[in-house]
Amino acid sequence: MSTTDWPDVQLHVVSGKGGTGKTTVASALALALARDGRRVLVMEVEGRQGLSQVFESPPLPYAERRLVTVSGGGEVWGLAVDPEEALLDYLELFYNLRRAGGVLRRMGAVEFVTTIAPGLRDVLLTGKAVELVRRSDKKHDTPYDAIVLDAPPTGRITRFLNVNTEIAGVAKVGPIRQQADGVMAVLRSARTAVHLVTILEEMPVQETIDGVAELHDSALPVGGIVINMMRPPLLPEGNCEVPDAAQLDAGLAAAGLTATSTVIEALRGEAADHIARVALEATERERLAVLDRPMYELPYLPGGMDLTGLQEMAVMLREQGMA
Amino acid sequence: MTFALTAPHLEIDNLLADRATRIIVCCGAGGVGKTTTAAALGLRAADMGRNVCVLTIDPARRLAQAMGLTELDNSPRKVPGVTGGGSLSAMMLDMKRTFDEVVESHSDPARAQAILDNPFYQALSSSFAGTQEYMAMEKLGQLRAEADRDGTWDLIVVDTPPSRSALDFLDAPDRLGTFLDGRFIKILTAPARGAGKGLGKLLGAGFGLFAGVLTKILGTQLLSDLGAFVSAVDTMFGGFRERAEATYSLLKDDGTSFIVVAAPEPDALREASYFVDRLETDQMPLAGLVLNRVQEVRAPELSVERAVAGADRIEDSDPMTSALLRLHADRLRNAERQERLARKFVSAHPEVSVTEVVALPEDVHDLTGLRTVGDLLAD
Repeated sequence: MSTTDWPDVQLHVVSGKGGTGKTTVASALALALARDGRRVLVMEVEGRQGLSQVFESPPLPYAERRLVTVSGGGEVWGLAVDPEEALLDYLELFYNLRRAGGVLRRMGAVEFVTTIAPGLRDVLLTGKAVELVRRSDKKHDTPYDAIVLDAPPTGRITRFLNVNTEIAGVAKVGPIRQQADGVMAVLRSARTAVHLVTILEEMPVQETIDGVAELHDSALPVGGIVINMMRPPLLPEGNCEVPDAAQLDAGLAAAGLTATSTVIEALRGEAADHIARVALEATERERLAVLDRPMYELPYLPGGMDLTGLQEMAVMLREQGMA
Repeated sequence: MTFALTAPHLEIDNLLADRATRIIVCCGAGGVGKTTTAAALGLRAADMGRNVCVLTIDPARRLAQAMGLTELDNSPRKVPGVTGGGSLSAMMLDMKRTFDEVVESHSDPARAQAILDNPFYQALSSSFAGTQEYMAMEKLGQLRAEADRDGTWDLIVVDTPPSRSALDFLDAPDRLGTFLDGRFIKILTAPARGAGKGLGKLLGAGFGLFAGVLTKILGTQLLSDLGAFVSAVDTMFGGFRERAEATYSLLKDDGTSFIVVAAPEPDALREASYFVDRLETDQMPLAGLVLNRVQEVRAPELSVERAVAGADRIEDSDPMTSALLRLHADRLRNAERQERLARKFVSAHPEVSVTEVVALPEDVHDLTGLRTVGDLLAD
């Protein structure tokens, strides 16, 4: 239980195609990492308050808030990064210029930098994540043992993480260049892993495969693949044929149920759908296996997501060695 | 069989058959089947005799192949296999190419090349979060102009980019327009246009501090690239903002219909809800909601309780039938959960028409599959 696949990783970036449950997985991973009294921070950057929904907490401000205390003394903290505030932070940190914020805001400059300038918004967000990671180097009062970043979706993740190299292309010298280089150094190091969440359907799997290739090309460290919302095969092992009506007729009678032809045909239709889906999932899983990355599996929770479900997922991630 | 919802039924065939419908915009959260819905609507309308162009943003490979889109070439291609007198063309958006074409079509070659080579332009056209949304709108405007001019198409179906939020599609053009045409950028680039002194006086003492901060953050070189870019752009466009506003008003046009696509899951329905509210606020014409990937229920007369009890009874004697009964119970439970979520949406938006599309066991990858989806949409 104490072994993990990512002993040196401090920054876990979690991405995935929309609809695959990336925020849920990021949250479960944060819980899983918070074992043995560790302090973990999970941060979101897309301004949608996904964390507060998953953790059933009030909306998060732009401040680090404790979300959950885990048995063993571990803690999960949450942070919803607001790009405007991150800009002011950045000014404070590098130029001691927080007071200039008011002037900038009046000029519409804050909006310019945070929403418009090419990728500067992403520069600020990745910069914030790396600043949190570096606290452990700087003997900060409240360092975190791990940071989980609920990142933009797979289609944008490489561009997001790589934005600092683009900045290097635009800004050849100066503090912004130094900062960009520093952030890239951490993101490309063994301290970072980019995990991709997928479900076993064609398009999310294709995006995952493309995403891994793009991350590789940009020298960004690919972590594990999390297969989310797995539904276990429900038919007895090795059965991939729809049973005939006579067998079902007898079976239903033994079960004490009225075997009308509607019910028999419905059950056969459901069996056919299920068999088709299991076959499709097997194909998609093989395509993922070719990537040769550690794979983790999380089940589909039919009751929807709540804190209990999140705890269960955290346990599964630990058992599988992700944390 | 589908949910018993109190919402009015979204009559897809009436919408597609109505010649007054010129543009259909499919929007919604990522991963809900927007692209497939857009393609299925386009094919169905073409089969009904309309001349349709489908603009897709990021189709799955096999869906793209089904429509004959093997490469990203940024112009519509005829899709073979339409029955009846109509036609279907389809294209995938190439964001950077669209932006380049806008630049090229509005200036002489030398100036266009200067812009295309500008580092600031390169970053903006390939990585600005929102350029894709803006270019989707730009392309829609172009296609519509082409349709009006040549009569090539009488219906354009647009798929929207997989945004952080479905609302980005509506906001991005204005944001980019505001930026490129705004007060701030004029101030920023004022020195490049020889108006710096006047502005400095106008802004008073704060300006020195402000300019200093900017130079520190952005670096002088970035500022001069930006200045060169803006002054080049400024002379050739009648204002980016005007273009954005023109496309925006196209969306408000009577001939435009929005279709919001959602899966019966909390996140997707929440996004759909935001979108419906937003369309109403902006007075944009909403046709209705496509509730996609709905769990199909067969034989609801066999209840969850009875199926589970029966499964327990024959667990050992007939594991196959037992497993099928559990599968049936699972599907019923899932459908009940989805129905609760759908009802919540309907009670919040009782006036919104809804059509349901059951989840198919396999991904759509040919025209037959798209026709199946079309039948389900219209049903």
